[in-house]
Amino acid sequence: MNDVAHSNAPAPKPTPHVKDNAIIRFEGVTKRFGKMVAVDNVNLEIREGEFFALLGPSGCGKTTLLRMLAGFETPSEGRVLIDGKDVAPLPPNKRPVNMVFQSYAVFPHMKVSDNVAYGLKMDGVPGDEVKTRVEEALELVKLGGLGGRMPDQLSGGQRQRVALARALVKRPRVLLLDEPLSALDAKLRDQMRSELTSLQEKVGITFIMVTHDQDEALAIATRCAVMNRGVLTQVATPADLYEFPNSRFVADFVGSVNMFEGVLERDEQNEAQVRCAELAAPVYLDHGVTGARGSTVWVALRPEKIEMHKRVNGAQPMKMEDAPQGMNVVPGVIRDIVYLGSETNYEVELDGGRRVKTFRSNLTRYDQEDFTWDEPVWLAWHACSPAVLLS
Amino acid sequence: MADEALTTIPAPKPAKRAPKEKPGPLEYMRQWPLQAIVAGTLLFLYLPLITLMVFSFNTSRRNIVWQGFTTDWYVKAFNNESLLQAFINSLTIAFFCTIFSVVLGALAAVMLWRFRFPGKTVVEGGMALPIVVPEICMGVAMLVFFARVMPWPQGLAWPFNLGAIIIAHISFAFPFVATVVRARLASFNRELEEAAKDLGASEWRTFWDVLVPHMQPGLIAGALLAFTLSLDDFVITFFTAGPDTITFPVKVYSMLRFSVTPEVNAASTVLIVVTVILTAVGLQMQNKDATEKKA
Repeated sequence: MNDVAHSNAPAPKPTPHVKDNAIIRFEGVTKRFGKMVAVDNVNLEIREGEFFALLGPSGCGKTTLLRMLAGFETPSEGRVLIDGKDVAPLPPNKRPVNMVFQSYAVFPHMKVSDNVAYGLKMDGVPGDEVKTRVEEALELVKLGGLGGRMPDQLSGGQRQRVALARALVKRPRVLLLDEPLSALDAKLRDQMRSELTSLQEKVGITFIMVTHDQDEALAIATRCAVMNRGVLTQVATPADLYEFPNSRFVADFVGSVNMFEGVLERDEQNEAQVRCAELAAPVYLDHGVTGARGSTVWVALRPEKIEMHKRVNGAQPMKMEDAPQGMNVVPGVIRDIVYLGSETNYEVELDGGRRVKTFRSNLTRYDQEDFTWDEPVWLAWHACSPAVLLS
Repeated sequence: MADEALTTIPAPKPAKRAPKEKPGPLEYMRQWPLQAIVAGTLLFLYLPLITLMVFSFNTSRRNIVWQGFTTDWYVKAFNNESLLQAFINSLTIAFFCTIFSVVLGALAAVMLWRFRFPGKTVVEGGMALPIVVPEICMGVAMLVFFARVMPWPQGLAWPFNLGAIIIAHISFAFPFVATVVRARLASFNRELEEAAKDLGASEWRTFWDVLVPHMQPGLIAGALLAFTLSLDDFVITFFTAGPDTITFPVKVYSMLRFSVTPEVNAASTVLIVVTVILTAVGLQMQNKDATEKKA
């Protein structure tokens, strides 16, 4: 669709620990609860060593998918394979996966070290090996020396580390994380994000995380799957998900977006044009769109990709150098300003009354003083910036 | 310059400690009407008990006039063979009743909490029945049951002759245990159970390692309830007891029919002390449990 622009994308971040073999495979998996379809014909392959994120709004079926891996739910149809083997007959306690629960589920009546040792004891690992492995695991999650504490003497972040150590100490093939950061406060969440990634790289185990927070998924995962109402909408790297969404749902769910409905007027090999009723000027694209002429399409424009320029009465409209005269430039008036420190968010009202969001980085200490309320401006964007969506 | 600017800032005045302020609108405990109500309530609750205890040390045979201090009534009570036997019977019955009630009640609570099955509301309602049915009806029902449906064999050796009473006590005590344990289970985090299974524990291990520790305070509270309910039950026991299976409350009642002597007071005081000590021990165990977790 818009793969032409894709070729300019930077190389993906190096992930040498990701292997080519599929460690997990969902084959036509459907899960029904009574009449409700929680998961609808999902086909998905997750490679060994990936940090994979299942992203979606609450109730989209992402947790059900995770719980099917752990063995707490069984698929109504289809197969779930771990290492190429159908795991349907295996109960949760016999599967080579371990889970970090949303509530952490640290056993409140056991010491931290007993919590971590629990899984090993269930496996019948000899006592002295248990001891060394528990110490290693606690060291790994930076809880060395806290093994004698009771869980209610720990902070929320520390409890989560206990849950991580308890799952990792069993050396599972896959680690499942259910909304791992949702219960932490903002500062700690940022810290745990980077710690989770480095932990995953260190142990080399495949991590699968469920989250409703798109920032979290983009920041941590090597690959994300976006789910909506039980259906897998898009599976891609974080950058592709954000820059090349395949549907209005993904564009809207991942990040912030200005969406315009329009009609595809021109569609050629390396240029296309969309006319949107809400925009004064047509949208010009420097790549082709695989859609029928005259069909309805949606133009998704990220706020940070819109430039804002001062508009002086009587002056010629400014021009984007990569778009033909009169395109990708629309007039408007600033109606709202939200100063966020690192950037400032503006809401600009177009002539027809439609409001458009645009973000502007505060590159110097005086940048936020450039524009003020009720100031007339031009909004402009490059021909490669908008994503054109067919559904 | 900057230093000067800093020094010009006046030091904050030390906050004045207010002398005894008027009680705020929500400080009920500092207003005299509520203090009076609390005092009155405590008086009504405990004055009869204190009177009973005080008069167990009275030299007079009559319970009305204080004549002098003595412990003779305690000696007499302890030398009263049949009273002692009744006391031992009561403790034995309470002991067995507690054990069976806790096991049955806990299992019932887990079943009702865990499973959904047809007729669940009926079972739940049926379980609460012994709590709400008047004791006298339960007593008569037990009498008929043990007379007609399942006669308890006569002349068994102690403590087997207490079987009928123990069964009767279990039947009204275990729903209390079930109620208490079920309330405790409501606060259980199901993810703990899943975590244990995820880490490799079987269903049975999960039950013992995760669910039972969580239920523990409920089990202790339920056991205390069952024990005290059984120990001081009169009505139901009265209908199920035979001539050689007299319990303490029944014995005290029969003594009262002849005369109200301080011997009865002495015996009752011992019962009160036993109950208070047991309750205190139970609470202490629970507290210790709570502080251990915090310490």
